[in-house]
Amino acid sequence: MTGLIGAVSQVVLVAVGSPLLAGLMRQVRARLEGRAGAGVAQPWRDLRKLARKEPITPHGTGWVFRLAPLVLAGTVLVVAAVVPLVTTLSPMDGVADLFAVTALLALGSVALALGGLDTGTAFGGMGASREVTVMALVEPTILLSVFALSVRVGSTNLGAIVTSAVHDPLEVISPVSLLAAVALAVVTIAETGRIPVDNPSTHLELTMIHEAMILEYSGPDLALIEWASAMRLSVLLGLLASLFAPWGIATAGAGLAAVVLGMAALVIKVAALGVLLAAGEVFMAKLRLFRIPELLAGSFMLALLAVAASFFLA
Amino acid sequence: MIGLWRKIRKTGRVAEPAPERADGEVVPRAAELGGSVQIRHVDAGSCNGCEVEIASAFGPVYDAERYGARLVASPRHADALLVTGPVTRNMEVALRRSHEAVPEPRLVVALGDCARDCGAFAGAYGVVGAVKDVVPVDVEVPGCPPPPEAIVEALRGLTGR
Repeated sequence: MTGLIGAVSQVVLVAVGSPLLAGLMRQVRARLEGRAGAGVAQPWRDLRKLARKEPITPHGTGWVFRLAPLVLAGTVLVVAAVVPLVTTLSPMDGVADLFAVTALLALGSVALALGGLDTGTAFGGMGASREVTVMALVEPTILLSVFALSVRVGSTNLGAIVTSAVHDPLEVISPVSLLAAVALAVVTIAETGRIPVDNPSTHLELTMIHEAMILEYSGPDLALIEWASAMRLSVLLGLLASLFAPWGIATAGAGLAAVVLGMAALVIKVAALGVLLAAGEVFMAKLRLFRIPELLAGSFMLALLAVAASFFLA
Repeated sequence: MIGLWRKIRKTGRVAEPAPERADGEVVPRAAELGGSVQIRHVDAGSCNGCEVEIASAFGPVYDAERYGARLVASPRHADALLVTGPVTRNMEVALRRSHEAVPEPRLVVALGDCARDCGAFAGAYGVVGAVKDVVPVDVEVPGCPPPPEAIVEALRGLTGR
């Protein structure tokens, strides 16, 4: 029962909190740039307005274009339900497998890339090709870095990995964890399209990755995509926090109080990571597109070292 | 990086305090947008004077973003078109099509004297007419170029904040 409540509460928390996280990150950036900022609730205002607007289906687009936002939002919601963020006792624990979660995230990205291609515009195709390039380099790194952590547990179940880290906190401070954490942090930035891989607030079509794919979406469809992108960011940041700072997560035998504590811990951890990421973005410029594979290859190398270390140090 | 951090610490907040709105009127058609207006800027043949002023309206000092206005990259994402300059022959179709690409409810802001009545370019051979001759205009901002304060004031009339 606690598991069910925990799973529902983490979906609700991710669904409601993600736009606020996006607002918080924009606000941090605005303050560091000397601006006043639009306020933390601005992404929710944007979503409310977009949901009321007229949906437009451009000429020549088909069901792929219509379906992509739904698939994207659906996969993120499923991931939010199964990944151990508030509790490790999700009733859908069987799906919380490393490979299943990575594949679900990839399914969402591929759906959106196909949606971008379906418009037939130059920028849609360009954005889709770039997104798939980045994804092809990111997915192996996610798999490898979490795999490095799963070696000592002997299971690829994310719940089992986090449970073992909760029971033995010193495990977190090891060369394996450190290497995997850096690799996973880099791919989180790449996967969610933040600086230095992609600039979420760019107006230059030639430098866009994520934005270029969604240029043709409008109204409720666009609202769904922006909401799903914010949720992806918070789920990945939450996963990062759960794997490398698993304090406060409700484990087996925990009561309702532990779930509430887990929710508070999740909010604090994800907000702290978000603030850190936004502050880091102020100090950095976007990388040239052809330099991105180098960055991602570096993170893949770290993940590979983490796996090697987990075998030799075990 | 340390140098940049020191600069941030030393500079602090650049944005000027939000001025009181002269007339608390909100453009009626913008009321349902609820404090969030995405804007697509269309240069229909401007001399770039207005663009410089738009850039400073969205810069740190005037910070139009704090009132809920934001420039976006696609007319499909937009609620309002911000049109500058007299409409030239080459931009007439482009302007019409960008206007059609904006989902309802859509608004048009004609920025600067050229956009309102062709200004210095009235009667020139390459000019079709003012913005209102091509697409319906909801808000006009006078000036050549209009100062950032006037642009921010007009945008606040759309966002109602």
